Amino acid sequence: MSTNDIRAYMPKGDLISLLILAVLILVVFPLSMDIFRLNLVGKYLTYAFVAIGLVLCWGYGGILSLGQGVFFGLGGYCMAMFLKLEASSPEATKIQSTPGIPDFMDWNQITELPWFWEPFYSFPFTILAVLIVPTIFAYIIGAAMFKRRVGGVYFAIITQAVASILTVLIIGQQGYTGGVNGITDLRTLLGWDIRTDSAKFILYFVNAGLLIGCLLIAQYIRKSKLGRLLVAMREREDRVRFSGYDVSDFKIFVFCIGAMFSAIGGAMFTLQVGFMSPSFVGIVPSIEMVIFCAVGGRLSIFGAVYGALLVNWSKTTFSESFPELWLFAMGALFIGVVMAFPSGLAGLYKQHIGPRIRNTLATIRRDYLASRANAKSQSFATD
Amino acid sequence: MFSDYTSTELVSIFAMQGFAGLILFSVFVLMALGLAIIFGQMGVINMAHGEFMILGAYVTYLLSNLFETHMPALFSIYFFVAMIVAFFAAGALGALVEWGLIRHLYRRPLDTLLATWGLSLILQQTYRTVFGAREVGVSLPDWLMGSIPLTDIIEIPINGLFVMGLTLTIAVSVYFLMFKSRWGGQVRAVVQNRPMAGAVGINTEKTDRITFALGCGIAGVAGSAFTMIGSTGPSSGQLYIVDTFLVVVFGGAQSLLGTIASAFTISQAQSTMEFFLSGSMAKVLTLLTVVGILMLRPQGLFALKIRH
Repeated sequence: MSTNDIRAYMPKGDLISLLILAVLILVVFPLSMDIFRLNLVGKYLTYAFVAIGLVLCWGYGGILSLGQGVFFGLGGYCMAMFLKLEASSPEATKIQSTPGIPDFMDWNQITELPWFWEPFYSFPFTILAVLIVPTIFAYIIGAAMFKRRVGGVYFAIITQAVASILTVLIIGQQGYTGGVNGITDLRTLLGWDIRTDSAKFILYFVNAGLLIGCLLIAQYIRKSKLGRLLVAMREREDRVRFSGYDVSDFKIFVFCIGAMFSAIGGAMFTLQVGFMSPSFVGIVPSIEMVIFCAVGGRLSIFGAVYGALLVNWSKTTFSESFPELWLFAMGALFIGVVMAFPSGLAGLYKQHIGPRIRNTLATIRRDYLASRANAKSQSFATD
Repeated sequence: MFSDYTSTELVSIFAMQGFAGLILFSVFVLMALGLAIIFGQMGVINMAHGEFMILGAYVTYLLSNLFETHMPALFSIYFFVAMIVAFFAAGALGALVEWGLIRHLYRRPLDTLLATWGLSLILQQTYRTVFGAREVGVSLPDWLMGSIPLTDIIEIPINGLFVMGLTLTIAVSVYFLMFKSRWGGQVRAVVQNRPMAGAVGINTEKTDRITFALGCGIAGVAGSAFTMIGSTGPSSGQLYIVDTFLVVVFGGAQSLLGTIASAFTISQAQSTMEFFLSGSMAKVLTLLTVVGILMLRPQGLFALKIRH
């Protein structure tokens, strides 16, 4: 790639946004917070993966998925299954009636590890599963829907139904999935204790690194021909189709990318928080993920990260001090962001804050140049 | 799984589960009818539909308390009063919501979805603040309690019969309203071609508002009927909303008959399977089948042949 190519994919404005975000996540947060708060921020950032995926799907592609929690949960559950198997070695679980299987299976009178748990003894398989299982699932849903030209509202309702089905299934099949409580009491990753402060610190940076990686991929997609096609499809799907493009393939692709991002977020969530439960899969969390994206600005991948941080941070703060008010605030946020700020934080920045900063910078520059010119002419005069 | 039962027992089981399914069917139809008008006819996604239903349920609860303490003589007929009040309360709230929120978003269906979800959160928290987080139930008048024994095993609960009768009445009146009345003609005209309907002198804004209010009002009546067979909590509405949307989409969004047929299929499948499998598996299987069929036939069971 030549410099010009790179410049085409990463214009100056986007580069500055990325650098500011990177400095904030990699330097400012770790220096200014204790490990408890930093771990919380790490948890919020795992939702940013989902929000970035939604910017591509919804903001660019016009496909609103209300089932991103499904992919977040699948990624998280894959990781949790691996960690759980490692935590339930025969020595650690010798008080159970069947040692060597996860504790919740023992409580549910299951005496043998189910077949679909077996491969999760292997770490490489788990990593692959985190990336591939949700993507294949997204491919099946996407192919079935988009090939038949189902989109918009119907797609949203179907994905919501899928989220609902998966939640009911996970809660119902307690013996295989841990039920309502989810998979808890996770201890080590390949012998490395993930509950210690130092592990949390390192995991935060791994998470941040992955997030920046996803941002770069998203930026590449956004600026490539695919990104422009997505926007064209969102605006006039028929015209793109008449120009000879197979619209559904692009939609499936971007939906799968969104699913994969969400799954990475889910896996990092499990690692940092130490459990996974159906409460991150269902309808309510899935639609909340949409609001992270909407608050950030549905057309801005960087805004999505800020949206996820801001909404989650206020959720934690609000529900600590005023638990009754939180749902009111959340409801108002949904209505407000749709009625008053359809382009979210990024839109506010672009319309109000950005021009002001640019004006100030221009004034400073002009003043500086003027004063330098003055100084020069004065120095000429004294010579 | 059938071998453990004798044939007469099996028949009775199917009959009993079939009847339980009919009650579920009635609730589905009541909820879905309102949604079929709002979503199917107007194309508005109202995620707060469940909360309109719960409003009707709470109105019924309040009125049952009122009648019990102040007018015990009239207690046996309070239910009819409650249904009418629930209809108008939910309808009025619906008209207000249409005026304040929905009418600005007719061109942005996905945004309507998010905004009404926000509305549903606010309504839920309001119910929780006003009525408390605990589920409430109403006391039924004597004539609605008990059941009619048909054979020694099969018994038919009276409140279930009443709900079914109510559903039938409302479904028939909605049909006449939509397809035989002048107003129904206006609604269908506005839905099919808004500018042309406006050009021939139909007040489209007013039609929209009344249509939305009617859909919400029917949801209120559904909530009122719901109190007879279950208790009501602040988040009960959310439990039903996805099922209801699936019922409407499965039936073919623009067809009222399709909505009723799909409500029948889904509720019967679910309640029959519930006896043999666990409740959650029955639900998973039913919903999976519905989603699977929708993937193969996205236009639903009874699609109208319209050119878009």
